Amino acid sequence: MARLEEYRSLVGPDTIEELFLLAKNLNGKSILHVNSTATGGGVAEILNRMVPLLNELGVATRWKVIKGGEDFYAVTKKFHNALHGSQQAIAPRDYQIYEDVVDQNLPYIKLDSDIVFIHDPQPAALVKKRRELKNRWIWRCHIDVSQPDPQVWGFFKPYVEQYDACVFSAPAFAQQLAIPQVLISPSIDPLSDKNRELSQEEIKVVLERLNIPTDKPLVTQVSRFDRLKDPLGVIEAFKKVKPSVDARLVLVGGSADDDPEGIQVLEEVRQKAREDPDIMVLCLPPTSHLEINAIQRASAVILQKSIREGFGLTVTEALWKGKPVIAGAVGGIPLQITHKYSGILTYSIDGTAYWLKQLLNEPAYAKKLGENGKEHVRQNFLLIRHLRDYLLLFLFLDHNRSDFIRLGNQSCF
Amino acid sequence: MIANAKEPFRFFTRLTLTVMTGIKAGNLKEFVECLKTVPESVIYQHTHRFLQQHQYLVPEPPNDFAYWVTNILQEERLGEKLAAIDTVRFHNLEDLRKRIVDTIEGHLEDNNDIRQISKGKEFYFMRAARFSVPTPHLARNLAEFRDCLQKVSISSLYLHIFEARLRLPSGLNDFSFWFESKVGEKSLAKSVANLDPYTHTLEGLRSKILSLLDARLKEPSHGAS
Repeated sequence: MARLEEYRSLVGPDTIEELFLLAKNLNGKSILHVNSTATGGGVAEILNRMVPLLNELGVATRWKVIKGGEDFYAVTKKFHNALHGSQQAIAPRDYQIYEDVVDQNLPYIKLDSDIVFIHDPQPAALVKKRRELKNRWIWRCHIDVSQPDPQVWGFFKPYVEQYDACVFSAPAFAQQLAIPQVLISPSIDPLSDKNRELSQEEIKVVLERLNIPTDKPLVTQVSRFDRLKDPLGVIEAFKKVKPSVDARLVLVGGSADDDPEGIQVLEEVRQKAREDPDIMVLCLPPTSHLEINAIQRASAVILQKSIREGFGLTVTEALWKGKPVIAGAVGGIPLQITHKYSGILTYSIDGTAYWLKQLLNEPAYAKKLGENGKEHVRQNFLLIRHLRDYLLLFLFLDHNRSDFIRLGNQSCF
Repeated sequence: MIANAKEPFRFFTRLTLTVMTGIKAGNLKEFVECLKTVPESVIYQHTHRFLQQHQYLVPEPPNDFAYWVTNILQEERLGEKLAAIDTVRFHNLEDLRKRIVDTIEGHLEDNNDIRQISKGKEFYFMRAARFSVPTPHLARNLAEFRDCLQKVSISSLYLHIFEARLRLPSGLNDFSFWFESKVGEKSLAKSVANLDPYTHTLEGLRSKILSLLDARLKEPSHGAS
């Protein structure tokens, strides 16, 4: 795993120096991250990189994962979808299952770090323990809560307001809350296997191993098999383009431990894909970072036809590889793509099909979109910026959440 | 031998955390009413923070307000007027707020047709929590200043060039103030003060100041003691 030193050439030595300055001002504070899955999905990926880097900066950081059975994950998936705004049938028993599992986890997680950083709704209710502890708590919401189901949000809101601050990924997710709401975009790690530079030979080897032919331009969507990512809509859009442009569609996904609906969606996608030999469906294990990297780099156009989205890190990854991206204008995606400048934003299957045809037929324009998108990611969505924002957030809590914070010895000339 | 300054120059850096206020506006009337009452840290966020964040773009967009009015509200004429407000020429945020509000109200007097923006495209007001952080870079004379300037981040440069104007009574930048008052380098102070930070990226400004320093350090009149 890359150490801070290795980011120096990407972000500049001055930026790394700033991280150490901030970390020093935390004066030995300890951090605990808690989420609901160790692998699969953007949150686990970020924590995998963030935790060792915080430790390298001298900020003692641990990461714990709550445990739950199938019932719990089925319920939290419904909560997740409801907070994203889709209608769900939620029974009173579902709330009880949620509370019970959180209570069962409480004795097994040592929550006495100076700052407890809880990710997403699954472990949110752990905050009920804080009264006994007198430490600081942050809730990091990675999902799009711009139009949440009022009943489910009403259940979580009293928990959220027990935190010292919460963090959202886009301005539109802000809520009416009694606690400060901080805007921090997530990030990708430019040195991880999923994002690092690959040679043509490395790409070729991976594609051969996965039996992906390269005789036609590849159109790719990398996403969990999840209805909110609309994989069936992607197939429909591709089919509309197919009569006029020869290309191959690759739907690459996997499942995460906390997503029981994925298997059913995957089966529906496979069923629909059987109708066309130019559509490939790949279900890869969550550790297939190098494979995803190679497929993205081999693609002519990358799609992310999400109906709802938290931030959309798969878009960030695709842009970082300099690829033209067509994506749904939802969640954090408009923060990443300025329409017709750094990618394409769409609202429908027809719109996706129209732009896919355009980009496949206009590679020079597609290339320009990709170049602009990569620069935007370089400036705003890489791991080091994210790390700096977290350090600032910890210091913000440590300084009574004020608007002007002076650190260290402030004597000047 | 190079003469030392009366007091050394400590480089600081400015980092910000974005805090959402939960306040949003969906049309121009709501927008201007919010602008009148939001805290100064909100005005800072959408003007100065914006300037810092987009420094890699040339020409850089002038402020968030102009961007929203032009591209989302599609009020190009007003957007152009807001873009023309020269953020760095204001020495306090209240004056800047007043100019922005007056510009919008002037537009509203002549245009009664208020367009309501669709859900999700509203202007979200955010405030900046500002952190002032001392760096280890300390200069006791011009030569050391040059070395430090090469090493500090662009956030540090931003603080000493742009934000100093909100702090120093004369609207001067920190570098020029130190050159003149602590090193006795009036001419160099003036040259740096005359640089238009609005038409350079921060890296461009750094190169420009470095070349001014190089030229001064080569002059035989410099530093003899």
